[in-house]
Amino acid sequence: MANGSDGTGQAGHNRPALSFHVPEPKFRPGDAVDFSDLKITQAGAQARPDETCPAIDTAPLANDLIRVLGEDNRAHGPWDPKLDPDTLRRMLSVMALTRAFDERMYRGQRQGKTSFYMKCTGEEATSVAAAMALAADDMVFPSYRQQGILLARGYPLIEMINQIYSNRGDKLKGRQLPIMYSSRAHSFFTISGNLATQTPQAVGWAMASAMRGDSRIAATWVGEGSTAEGDFHAACLFATVYNAPVILNVVNNQWAISSFSGFAGGERATFAARGVGYGIASLRVDGNDALACYAAEQWAANRARANAGPTLIEHFSYRAEGHSTSDDPSQYRSAQERSEWPLGDPVMRLKNHLIAMGEWDEERQEKLDLDSAEQVKAATKEAEKNGILGHGLHHPFHTMFEDVFEELPWHLEEQAAQAIREREIKWPAA
Amino acid sequence: MASSVIDDAPVGLADAPARNINMIEAINDALDIMLGHDPTVIIMGEDVGYFGGVFRATAGLQEKYGKTRVFDTPISECGIIGAAVGMGAYGLRPVPEIQFADYIYPGMDQLISEAARLRYRSAGEFIAPMTVRSPFGGGIFGGQTHSQSPESLFTHVAGLKTVIPSTPYDAKGLLIAAIEDNDPVIFFEPKRIYNGPFSGYYDKPVEPWKTHPDSKVPEGYYSIPLGKARTVRQGDALTVLTYGTMVHVTAAVCREKGVDAEIIDLRTLVPLDIEAIEASVEKTGRCLIVHEATRTSGFGAELSALVTERCFYHLEAPVERVTGFDTPYPHSLEWAYFPGPVRIGEALDKILEA
Repeated sequence: MANGSDGTGQAGHNRPALSFHVPEPKFRPGDAVDFSDLKITQAGAQARPDETCPAIDTAPLANDLIRVLGEDNRAHGPWDPKLDPDTLRRMLSVMALTRAFDERMYRGQRQGKTSFYMKCTGEEATSVAAAMALAADDMVFPSYRQQGILLARGYPLIEMINQIYSNRGDKLKGRQLPIMYSSRAHSFFTISGNLATQTPQAVGWAMASAMRGDSRIAATWVGEGSTAEGDFHAACLFATVYNAPVILNVVNNQWAISSFSGFAGGERATFAARGVGYGIASLRVDGNDALACYAAEQWAANRARANAGPTLIEHFSYRAEGHSTSDDPSQYRSAQERSEWPLGDPVMRLKNHLIAMGEWDEERQEKLDLDSAEQVKAATKEAEKNGILGHGLHHPFHTMFEDVFEELPWHLEEQAAQAIREREIKWPAA
Repeated sequence: MASSVIDDAPVGLADAPARNINMIEAINDALDIMLGHDPTVIIMGEDVGYFGGVFRATAGLQEKYGKTRVFDTPISECGIIGAAVGMGAYGLRPVPEIQFADYIYPGMDQLISEAARLRYRSAGEFIAPMTVRSPFGGGIFGGQTHSQSPESLFTHVAGLKTVIPSTPYDAKGLLIAAIEDNDPVIFFEPKRIYNGPFSGYYDKPVEPWKTHPDSKVPEGYYSIPLGKARTVRQGDALTVLTYGTMVHVTAAVCREKGVDAEIIDLRTLVPLDIEAIEASVEKTGRCLIVHEATRTSGFGAELSALVTERCFYHLEAPVERVTGFDTPYPHSLEWAYFPGPVRIGEALDKILEA
């Protein structure tokens, strides 16, 4: 096309042929895994700028990896949040409970008690530790893998299970896919199944809080794959334009179902680096290091509360399990990835840290794991009294038509009458 | 329906002081009143702040209420609607402006999957009490990206209300009701009639609103309930179901042809005033539907189905639709596209001869 009188290029046949690039992950099923080219930084080596610093001062940290827990299981450097042992033990116990909950719910799905479940195995620190660095009334806009936030905030297990079973006790009236929780009382926004939509909403909530002279901030979580959505970019833009008191957590667990992070742009830049271009303070942390996750979230919360603006945090982690119960990762990635992951397991690392401090031991850990499993088991039994999915009509049919609007218009009343009439024909005994 | 925030509303609107204003002034008045009475109301959008909006709907409001209440946004409809959802969850009552209805599509996911579903999916824990204002429709040589009538994309979505005023009086009262409503409302403003009602004859001088009876707008607060149609003109020959600009075009054509039409301005498409529709069609036995939007799957198809389902045994002629053509809105051939007097006249003849 550059042959015309206006073009400066040469005629086509003298130019080299273009090549098309399609990203490809390093390892596929059966491959031996070698992560030695992943740059794993030394714990404690990263500088910690003042929370109110200009956003650009964080640029080096967007391409670094903030780590606190070293190979020696000790906390190092300026990012050490210096948490007391009780707080660390609580963090460990919520992370252990999250894991136990995931195990049992996964099994429940396999036993046919519900349609769907999503584990967060290996990513517990990115929600539990981060949530613990926020105030209980800071508003969170999670994605679908942040069950750890609800557990950190003391949301009753039975409420979660009722929702997962869509049973009579489900306060969402069986309307939502399992794990799409909502709890206004816990400042936990209703989870959407559409990806990244929660990110500009979190920014809008934070803008509103600032407009009203409130002191609460907002935080959102989104997977690295979902940062590809336009909503995420709108969120970054609004966050920087209005200097919103918001924290944008990007959980980079390497995989979006079967697509590795390269399909979200991860081959050529870190996800934290995206924030730099928007003028947003940006941190990249070891997402399997609970202390680093806590410290980064605390830094960002302090920054937001000081009216110094938003922060983007990339939690560099690994999705140890499938995307969901509908996924089989052995079809597209090497099984060795999980065992070879160089940043280890977040629960083990925190446990080992407490042991190294002399504040914990294997015996207590064993008891903690047992207690967590028992707690979940008891809640599950209790929830099952309210029914399980697909066994019984748990919700009056009229509820299907409620909450579409504040009041039912005539057309929904007519349709509700039809549904109720059909019920008598389809399920006469129910 | 949310109750009024104002206790001192005039008892008789007819007695309230009134002035003749155009539709833009009526909208500005409604926004001014709601900003004044409810501190949770905020306005945002492209160019709505200091400048006052490209159609001047928000003129003077930033100066009066400050930048925290009325402010400009980036050119990002996804961000505008997404932020408004978050603000609604916080407890504000945002009134975002989308500069042209044609620009709303980048915000569709936030409207359809989020704003419209929040109340349902959270069983009432979170709501999206936003009113999205947007000029729509053609007739101003706006070409295909400044002329569309996408209302049926929204009426198809469970959880959204769609409101379209056709006079300054209605624009003010309906906009106040929309802002007070606790559900998300799409408020489409027919921009062709911002400055005066339109007869459909593009080559005739614009008739200003001030000579039209419905431009007499009471001062202060009043609201018009959503979901209630307005009978523009009573008649016996046939029922015309229409809204927006086409209310005026249809009325002018019927006047010109001496047709004793009963013209129903729907005002709200969802929820629809089915009682008014049924009562009128049962009386006249004939029904014409007129809208400017494209024909296939347009709101006229829904109206036609409803009338056929519910009033079939009262009908003396097939239901007719007059609509825009199923093409993008052309620039130079705008008046060939527009469903004006010729298309409406033909349909009237056909339905009355049947």
